[in-house]
Amino acid sequence: MSSTVTLDRRTLLKGGGALVFTLAGGGVTILALSPAQAAAAPAPRALAPTALDTWLAVSEDGAVTAFFGKMDMGQGVDTAIAQVVAEELDVAVERVAVVMGDTSLTPNQGGASGSSGCRLGANPLRNAAAEARRVFLARAAGHLGQPVEALSVSDGRVFVTAEPARAVSYGEMIAQGFETALDWNEQYGNGLMVTGKAKPKSPLAYSVVGAPVPRKDVPGKIMATMEYCHHVTLPGMLHGRGVRPPVANAVPVAVDEGSIAHIPGAKVVRKGDYVAVVAEDEWNAIKGAEALKVTWSETAPPFPGHEHLHDHIRRAEKTADNSVANFGKYVAYDAAPALAAIEGAATRLEAEYELPFQSHARMAPSIGLADVRADGATIWSDTQKSHNQRDGLAKLLGMEPEKVRVVWKPGPGSYGRSDADEAAFEAALLSQELGRPVRVQWMRHEGHGWDPKAPAAVISCQAGLDEAGRLTGWYYRAKGFSGWEVMFNASDPRDTLVGQLTGREPGKGQNFGVPGESYDFPNAVKFWETIAPLQERASPLRCAHMRAPQEPQLHFASESFIDEVAAAAGADPIAFRLQYLTDAREIAVLEEVRRLAKWRTRPSPALRKAGKLVGRGVSLNSGFGAYVATVCEVEVDEETGRIWPRRLFVAHDCGVVINPRSLRTTIEGNVIQGLSRTLFEEVTFDDKAVTSTDWLGYPILDVMDAPESIEIATINRVEEPAGGAGEPAHVTIPAAVANAVFDATGIRLRRLPLTPDRVKAELV
Amino acid sequence: MTTIRLTIDGAARQIEAADPDMPLLYALRGQMALKGPKFGCGLSQCGACTVIVDGVAMRSCVTPVSAVEGMTVRTLDGLAEDGRPHPVQAAFIAEEAAQCGYCINGWIMTAVAGLEDNPERSDADIRQMLTGLKCRCGTHMAILRAVRRAADEMAG
Repeated sequence: MSSTVTLDRRTLLKGGGALVFTLAGGGVTILALSPAQAAAAPAPRALAPTALDTWLAVSEDGAVTAFFGKMDMGQGVDTAIAQVVAEELDVAVERVAVVMGDTSLTPNQGGASGSSGCRLGANPLRNAAAEARRVFLARAAGHLGQPVEALSVSDGRVFVTAEPARAVSYGEMIAQGFETALDWNEQYGNGLMVTGKAKPKSPLAYSVVGAPVPRKDVPGKIMATMEYCHHVTLPGMLHGRGVRPPVANAVPVAVDEGSIAHIPGAKVVRKGDYVAVVAEDEWNAIKGAEALKVTWSETAPPFPGHEHLHDHIRRAEKTADNSVANFGKYVAYDAAPALAAIEGAATRLEAEYELPFQSHARMAPSIGLADVRADGATIWSDTQKSHNQRDGLAKLLGMEPEKVRVVWKPGPGSYGRSDADEAAFEAALLSQELGRPVRVQWMRHEGHGWDPKAPAAVISCQAGLDEAGRLTGWYYRAKGFSGWEVMFNASDPRDTLVGQLTGREPGKGQNFGVPGESYDFPNAVKFWETIAPLQERASPLRCAHMRAPQEPQLHFASESFIDEVAAAAGADPIAFRLQYLTDAREIAVLEEVRRLAKWRTRPSPALRKAGKLVGRGVSLNSGFGAYVATVCEVEVDEETGRIWPRRLFVAHDCGVVINPRSLRTTIEGNVIQGLSRTLFEEVTFDDKAVTSTDWLGYPILDVMDAPESIEIATINRVEEPAGGAGEPAHVTIPAAVANAVFDATGIRLRRLPLTPDRVKAELV
Repeated sequence: MTTIRLTIDGAARQIEAADPDMPLLYALRGQMALKGPKFGCGLSQCGACTVIVDGVAMRSCVTPVSAVEGMTVRTLDGLAEDGRPHPVQAAFIAEEAAQCGYCINGWIMTAVAGLEDNPERSDADIRQMLTGLKCRCGTHMAILRAVRRAADEMAG
């Protein structure tokens, strides 16, 4: 009845690098699962980064498997990795299979993180593949009795250049293994790097890298043959569902197990303040969790309500600022010179921008399947960071990390520290408690209501202009909840809901951020301050990284305020920015988007004509090794207040382009999700709980609101290293839209999302 | 235990359900082990669970299993004929209209039902046909290109 994946590495290799699927027909009877799955225990094999076969396997038939310690979230990173490996090895890209994220099969490269799939993750594989090619060439020289210089390679076949019929294939030379070691920088995670004796190809010689290779994952998704984490089943598996309190900070006082006695097989599990119902049948587990009567503690409601959120942030005492360590860096600042320079200016500007909590709101709420036994545990998860999750699960279970295996499987897209890790921890806890495999899938109200949130903030800006319209000073302060209330990986159970409900104290991570463009403003100060969480423990409003962590918020303020200053100076928004930019690649994308959008140089707002309110806005961002400028053209409906982002133009430079086709759809995804967060998304809550617990309460962009067109110009810098593409364009969207609305209407919206009622309130 | 007889992807099937109110989705995902229909919300709000029942796109997450007795259900798993993708599937593959792909079942099944009914669709009609479906990755532009391509193909 179910598809089963056998996961021990030996089978993988025997299968020529392809995952081996065992499929059985779907009848009315539930068939037993393949015994291979039950045997999917942690492989005892070490994954030394210095060993070439940690990274690559070549089978006798010439199939290549690359082992990638990150994973694809739906942008085609695995295909890009296959391209890099195929390029360096000189094999057809179709031969290269990519295994991702399994802690027993792949080295710890830090998971999906910081748009680093190509930017960082590809580099060890590039070097490993180049080294493997060098080894094969040296061996072929012996086989063919010719010096390496006299040999060529085509699709894994080494031949004498002058006599192409004299050849030997990689597959014929692999029996003895690679017998070579790589140099390793002793780091794990994003920074893991290995190098061999071989020098990778010059980017100028690339033929596979840079080609629009079809994504490997797409047909399986369209034909319903790909196995998501949600499809994995185990013999004897129970289904679990958590029970959440109606007031966010309430804890269970009593549980009436009799209240679910009528549901076949339903059973309550209570561990600390975590309550769940398990059942053999999934529907019974759902019904049980809904029906269970729990007496909750009487507590003072913890929240101010979303309408009072920004007043709360303004008033709250700061707990930290950017003079504390931020990724290991201390950044001291002094606001006094900036404020003094602004104080004495001919024109002074001041603005405050308000950012809501936003939800990851994944297409499917959290999923996890755990099989915890006395001697070890296997957990199936769609986590972004499986190696970190393994460490956290080991702590939760009281096991050595070596005894815990996390098998990564694809899930719904994940764009930061979403709820992805939560169900895996709950499933592990339940499986250990019950001695049986347990599958936990959150319900929709949990996905929206209890996932970690993008932090809310109030961002205050001030600037001064002299008589000539030149800046005299720039002040930027972001104040909000810490993006590290929940850390960016699950290496400690204290950073999960169930970990906190079972007694672990939350961490005290402090982080927000400031925009990082190269504007050379005189007397500039940029700093951040964090405030205490609204609820200390197990909060539905605990904050964490969400796509380009905090930067959409930060740039909404900074790139809106630059526009406000340009308007006050009577300057064209692009020309004004160009006066202060110093980085050549930032300047280049801004000039490129000006060309692409056929931008007419003039100040904003546009002279209002009869008819539709239309306008254009620009925004710039750089980060993760990429440079992006976006122009948005909007139509604003005077009657309804609806903003339609009709046309978008994106100039994008992320260094060398590995796959132009995937890059395009990735940028489109950045834009659309950015439009959604700009126009629609706000977590609402009353004093007791989150109230936006489904898609009606938390709308995202609908196809009716999708743009007419998104035009993209990529600047392919072949000799620059690959930068990130998963986040940088996303960051430009909120300000590009708000600036366009200002251009169209003359009204300045400083609170996200830009909803019709807020537009109408200003349009009088 | 209730037995529901129906046709799923061209084959006669029986669903055994202890609770006749159990949504069809759980039978399709569980007992039938299909990969196409997915749980997204359980509230008929996102479309990830969409199947075609007697020619009409329906949200299986809120359709009681007892309501489909004797009916014909088509799922993404069974759209291909003799290994050939349905024209809508072929168009989605050609346009690479999927990121994570979790939602894509809903877009494809809704487009199949709509275009099989009438493939003559303007761009505005296509948006109207698809409104309400959710995609978190923001694949909307590629999906619109794919459905346009499929409509043109099916209209001949």
